[in-house]
Amino acid sequence: MKRYSGISVLREALRGNAGWTRAWRDPDPKPHYDVIVVGSGHGLATAYYLAKEHGIRNVAVLEKGWLGGGNIGRNTTIIRSNYMIDGNTRFYELSLKLWEGLSHDLNFNAMVSHRGIINLAHNQAQVNALVRRGNIMRLNGIDAEIIDREEVRRRAPVLDFSSEARFPIVGGLWQGRAGTVRHDAVAWGFARAASALGVDIVQNCEVVGFLKDDAGRIVGVETTRGPIRAGKVALAVAGHSGHLAAKAGLTLPIETHILQAFVSEPLKPLLDCVVTYGAGHFYISQTDKGGMLFGGDLDGFNSYGQRGALSVAEDVATMGKALMPSLSRVRIVRQWAGVMDMSMDGSPIICKGPLDGLYLNCGWCYGGFKATPASGYTFAWTIARDEPHEVSARFTLDRFRRGEAIDEKGAGPTPGLH
Amino acid sequence: MRIHCPHCGTRDHTEFSYGGDATVTRPPLEDGDIDRWHAAVFLRPNPKGIHREYWHHALGCRSWLIVERDTLTHRISATRLAGSDEGAGS
Repeated sequence: MKRYSGISVLREALRGNAGWTRAWRDPDPKPHYDVIVVGSGHGLATAYYLAKEHGIRNVAVLEKGWLGGGNIGRNTTIIRSNYMIDGNTRFYELSLKLWEGLSHDLNFNAMVSHRGIINLAHNQAQVNALVRRGNIMRLNGIDAEIIDREEVRRRAPVLDFSSEARFPIVGGLWQGRAGTVRHDAVAWGFARAASALGVDIVQNCEVVGFLKDDAGRIVGVETTRGPIRAGKVALAVAGHSGHLAAKAGLTLPIETHILQAFVSEPLKPLLDCVVTYGAGHFYISQTDKGGMLFGGDLDGFNSYGQRGALSVAEDVATMGKALMPSLSRVRIVRQWAGVMDMSMDGSPIICKGPLDGLYLNCGWCYGGFKATPASGYTFAWTIARDEPHEVSARFTLDRFRRGEAIDEKGAGPTPGLH
Repeated sequence: MRIHCPHCGTRDHTEFSYGGDATVTRPPLEDGDIDRWHAAVFLRPNPKGIHREYWHHALGCRSWLIVERDTLTHRISATRLAGSDEGAGS
């Protein structure tokens, strides 16, 4: 792998950019690997950390479509660690810390931007809840700051501060280290770095079944490019977790739902931090290209269709306009949907088993993007050492049976409500 | 997406609220078996394809329906009132 640097950019500029090579190899699958990771979102991060941290380099990442075509390229690019339930706090903080050094670590500019996030409060009860959340974050060593209405106005003057605002802004919780990351660059950066360490990234290779030995142990996968055997098989396939697990004979505490996102025509700089609405489910930021990028609720019923209903688009646009009236004159140029693995408590699952030879990474709901580095880091640890990393140790599959759900929102076992 | 309500006719899905997987059966209250309760409360087959599910016609006749819908195409193949075996067509 040729290292990217300022000097390489200058040299190529002088030579007509003719010397750049492919960023990652495109190999045919080998008949056997030490580890097969299915899915090229969190799976790429997993393979990278398997190779880098644990020296396990005979690894394949199988992607059914093209690299970056799944949820890693279908999100709203937000990173943050403003969680408050034990089990979540340290995990998402580890992820934010990994984001901080990621571009240097991968030698690939992931455009990590710590532009900060404001969670808005519109009444005193919400302020109290945010104070509690902020205090818990600070006790866990995570940055958090309560800001008043005037400070919110200073940071995001484009929000509705008029006397006509339906839900007046009272204040907010600020996390300055939160922000956004260029999502495609995360897939490309992990792919390039993993490939350089020897990981085979196999695209257009859909897993259609599992190979088991006589004792019932998973010993490989059947794919559209033939059978591939492996010492360990790891699933990190987001919305398709239930679908794939069923092929291995497993039923998971997960329902698949769709979440839409929207981007507007490019505008001049208008909003330089991430904002989440407190009077409805709505979040917005402005991309480096100028588009207003926003999303809201799930469509609300089981679906694997990577599109969305107009009713939710209308709902999201209404909330956006209530928060930021100037949005009403902005045209939406693109809309898309990702399929989400909504778990029964809104928290993920990273674990070994329950079948021998199988490792699970699923249940990310719609918070998977920000977790990418920590998910890969801790999943690689679990695969390499056959024991959970301390930071992800609570994300077990059997926590539901044992009554140890990690329900950040307190919504109960209805996946569509998390 | 439109859902055919046996009472009200074909209506937009926004009139309905979703009630989840209709193949799940809760054990009787006196059943103390943790596996059966765990399966009923938490585990879902989550198929990519035909899914039998509850919908409540909240902004209509308030009936609970059982709908068979493809989770990939959203095509509805059958609808009937919950608690009845009468088919109401699609």
